[in-house]
Amino acid sequence: MMTEAIQIQVNGEPRGCRADATVGDLLRELAIKTERVAVELNLEILDRKEFDQRGLKQGDRVEILSFIGGGSSTDYSVRVS
Amino acid sequence: MTGDRLIIGGYEFKSRLFVGTGKYKDFAETKKAIEASGADVVTVAVRRVNITDRSKENLLDYIDPKKYTILPNTAGCYNVEDALRYARLARAAGVSDLIKLEVLGDERTLFPDTVGLLEAAKILVKEGFIVLPYTNDDPIVAQKLVDIGCPCVMPLAAPIGSGLGIRNPYNLKIIMEMVKVPIVVDAGVGTASDAALAMELGADAVLMNTAIAGAKDPIAMAEAMKYAVLAGRLAYKAGRIPRKLYATASSPIEGML
Repeated sequence: MMTEAIQIQVNGEPRGCRADATVGDLLRELAIKTERVAVELNLEILDRKEFDQRGLKQGDRVEILSFIGGGSSTDYSVRVS
Repeated sequence: MTGDRLIIGGYEFKSRLFVGTGKYKDFAETKKAIEASGADVVTVAVRRVNITDRSKENLLDYIDPKKYTILPNTAGCYNVEDALRYARLARAAGVSDLIKLEVLGDERTLFPDTVGLLEAAKILVKEGFIVLPYTNDDPIVAQKLVDIGCPCVMPLAAPIGSGLGIRNPYNLKIIMEMVKVPIVVDAGVGTASDAALAMELGADAVLMNTAIAGAKDPIAMAEAMKYAVLAGRLAYKAGRIPRKLYATASSPIEGML
C-alpha cells in the first residue's frame, strides 16, 4: 500500500499523504505553483530548492503561504461623526 | 515633473503614491484602481494559500511584479516574533528583500508598538531586508529607525483606515526636518486633499489603501489621489506664500480712475 500512509497537517487541516512524499510532491498534488509561495515545515522556512528533497513524516505541520490583497492591517471600523 | 524621482533602498520610483491591494471587490477592480493611481509601489499581505479551493485566482496574476514593485507587509502582527516570521516568509515567497514592517500594539487603534518595531527592524536589517517601517508620528522613534538602517520612515497620518486625514501636521513636519531619509506618510488619508496636504508638508510619498478601495468609485478616487500627490509635490517644490493676517492687493493701484 502506497497511499495515505501518514497523517500530516497542511495549513491547519489534517491530510493524508504517502510515506515517501516530499514537500514538492505535496505542492504538485495540491496544484500549487512553486513560484511565489513560501513553505514552512514545522516552523522552518524552506528554500524553494529544498522542496523536492525534504521528505514528509508523520505529524509534520506544513504551512503554504502566498501574497494576497492587503494594505495595512484590517480596519477596526468605528465611525466618527 | 520628470527627473523628480524617489529612491528608497536602491529602488527608484516615478510615482510618489504607494497603494495597498486590500478591500477591493475583486482582482479586476484592484488592477484598474492601481492602474488609475499610477503607483509603482503596491503593498500586499502574506497569508495561507487556499488549498481546498484551488480555483481561486492569484493576486500576482493581476499585479505584474515586473511592472510594479511589490511591497509585502507584516500586517496583523502584534509581536516581534510574528513580524519576523511573516517578513521571512514574504522573502521566501520570492519577490524581493523589501518589507513593510508593521508591529501593532493594539487592535482598536492599530497603532504601532514602536518598542517592538525597533527590535524587529534591527533584526531584519541585519538579515539583509530593506525595511520600510510603519511607525507613529514620533520624531525620536523615526530617527532611531534610521539609525538602525531603515532607508525610509513611514509615519501614520491617522489610524489605519480611519480616513481622519493629517491629525498632527507639526509632528510630521518635525520628522521631515529631522530625519534625512525619505518620509512616506502611511495610513489615515481620507480624501485627495489629505494626500495633497501630506505632500505639501514635504512628505516624499504617501501610502494608502482604504481611501481608494473604500471610496464609492475606487477607480475615480485612485485617479484623484494620483493628481493630489502630484499637485502637493509640485506645490511643495514651488514654495507656498507665507500666511498673513491681512490682505495684500494683487491688482495695482496705479492707473485707477
